[in-house]
Amino acid sequence: MSKTLMKGNEALALAAIKGGCTHFFGYPITPQNEIPEFLAREFPKAGGVFLQAESELAAINMVYGAAAAGGRAMTSSSSPGIALMQEGMSSLAAAELPCVIVNAQRGGPGLGSIQPSQADYYQMTRGGGNGDYRILSLAPATVQEGAEMMMMAFDLAEIYRTPVFIVSDGMLGQMMEPVEFHDRPLRELPEKDWTVVGHGGVRPPNTVKTLALDPTVLEQRNLTLQAKYARIATLEARHESYRTEGAEIILSAYGSTARIVKNAIDLLAEEGIAVGLIRPQTLWPFPVAAFAELPDSCRMILTVEMSCGQMVDDVRLAVNGRLPVAFYGRSGGIIPVPEEIAMKVKTLLGRA
Amino acid sequence: MTVVHARSKGLTDRETHYCPGCTHGIVHRLVAEVLVEEGLLNEAIGCAAVGCSILSYNYLNVDMVESAHGRAPAVATGVKRVHPNKPVFTYQGDGDLASIGTAEIVHVAHRGEKITTIFVNNAIYGMTGGQMAPTTLPGQKVTTAPDGRDPAHAGLPLRVAEMIAQVPGAAYVERVSVHNPAAVRKAKKAIRNGFLCQMAGHGFSLIEVLSTCPTGWGLSPIESLKWLEDNMIPYYPLGVLRAPEEA
Repeated sequence: MSKTLMKGNEALALAAIKGGCTHFFGYPITPQNEIPEFLAREFPKAGGVFLQAESELAAINMVYGAAAAGGRAMTSSSSPGIALMQEGMSSLAAAELPCVIVNAQRGGPGLGSIQPSQADYYQMTRGGGNGDYRILSLAPATVQEGAEMMMMAFDLAEIYRTPVFIVSDGMLGQMMEPVEFHDRPLRELPEKDWTVVGHGGVRPPNTVKTLALDPTVLEQRNLTLQAKYARIATLEARHESYRTEGAEIILSAYGSTARIVKNAIDLLAEEGIAVGLIRPQTLWPFPVAAFAELPDSCRMILTVEMSCGQMVDDVRLAVNGRLPVAFYGRSGGIIPVPEEIAMKVKTLLGRA
Repeated sequence: MTVVHARSKGLTDRETHYCPGCTHGIVHRLVAEVLVEEGLLNEAIGCAAVGCSILSYNYLNVDMVESAHGRAPAVATGVKRVHPNKPVFTYQGDGDLASIGTAEIVHVAHRGEKITTIFVNNAIYGMTGGQMAPTTLPGQKVTTAPDGRDPAHAGLPLRVAEMIAQVPGAAYVERVSVHNPAAVRKAKKAIRNGFLCQMAGHGFSLIEVLSTCPTGWGLSPIESLKWLEDNMIPYYPLGVLRAPEEA
């Protein structure tokens, strides 16, 4: 199949259709509008259902209803809209309903800006909703990778019966890149015998619920969820390493920032300064193992984010005091340039 | 021996947790009987809402999904869009529907979703212990208006059925009561009309059922039925507010 030049948001939308999505519910918010606009146009032709909701609250609860009824449902939004959906995400995680949620992150807090940002790391990996839950979070760095992750996302959601985040941002969503679509690998999916579809008079009624008034019942459910999260952490944590061999400093960055960091690494290489990158491709589960196998040459970790420092917490936990961990970030919708990242590295090495 | 009356097949065998004199039990039975009589029980999918009736899935013999506070109409929308030919309903109280869920109930009607909402209005938050609802009557004493609802402070009660009836996508809207046997028979007819309207594809249907809360009201079951008749019906008049032309 040949490559097509597509906007990141549109590639995610097409990949959702190819990934077997059946229902989309969403509410307009910049900078993700190309996703619902593409699906409003193209989804019905593919037999899918597109519906614009009255709010993010409604959209995530429509996803909840559709998922409970056996649909492969998704929504997309951006930071303040994701904040509104957190109630629903806690319920989706608690009820173990498979679905996919795209967050095209923009500057915050509050209404913030519509420019790219990575300041929702806590929101997506720590849960903004109540209770002990985790959401599998896939963080692409290119339009191509976004399409591939989106195509896998619905199957992953069903295999683990969990919501899945596609962690994008205003830059990845708006930029155009060549993208190629392949058929997704067929995976064996668990039977959905828990859905609400009408009992047909042949079985006791199914109930999808999260209320558990008996503390012993609720604790047991939490332990079951935690066991599932441990399984996901073992099997699904992913990362990319770039020029880490012989690196004096290893940078850590995800998503679009990781691309800029790669440019900074190449700039520094031209000056004879060896630095590398560990790029988490899953934010939760965080690829802890990647930080256990650092080369002996590495003296320090530098985390770079379009935030005031959020993922750096997970990097510190993964490094666990073995090396110093520094941070460099821009926020408010400002995209760092390779030169300023390179300068930060040189300052840390005392070679500025 | 002849069986004169039996428990509806639309209900499970479980004993309900409702307080003595609460009319949720009557409304549950009416929904169950209508689903059985119209042949809808096996295919029906219900959406339970936060409030005393959150556990309705323990009593109604249908597949059900529990919804976050106020969101049942959105959840039902998701269900219905996956199963457009199956009967889908929400069962919501007035705290849930008329307060935190106003956006969802207006827009489920606005889209003309082919679902049926059973709206049980007892003018109070029952489950949380008797707080003021948007439907609490002027002067009615509740835990968050201990001297009685003061309209100058808290406004006048919201008439949900009238509000929904004027939304273009609403196809069938009726307010009924369950304070005496004649009213119960009319309520059952209204619930039947709501489901028939849905299955005929006319659009959204809402049946508001005036109901009692003896515990929250501080009255005996008998006094509660009288209080409903004397106080609620004058403010919330019964009747059909909207129906398809051919109905």
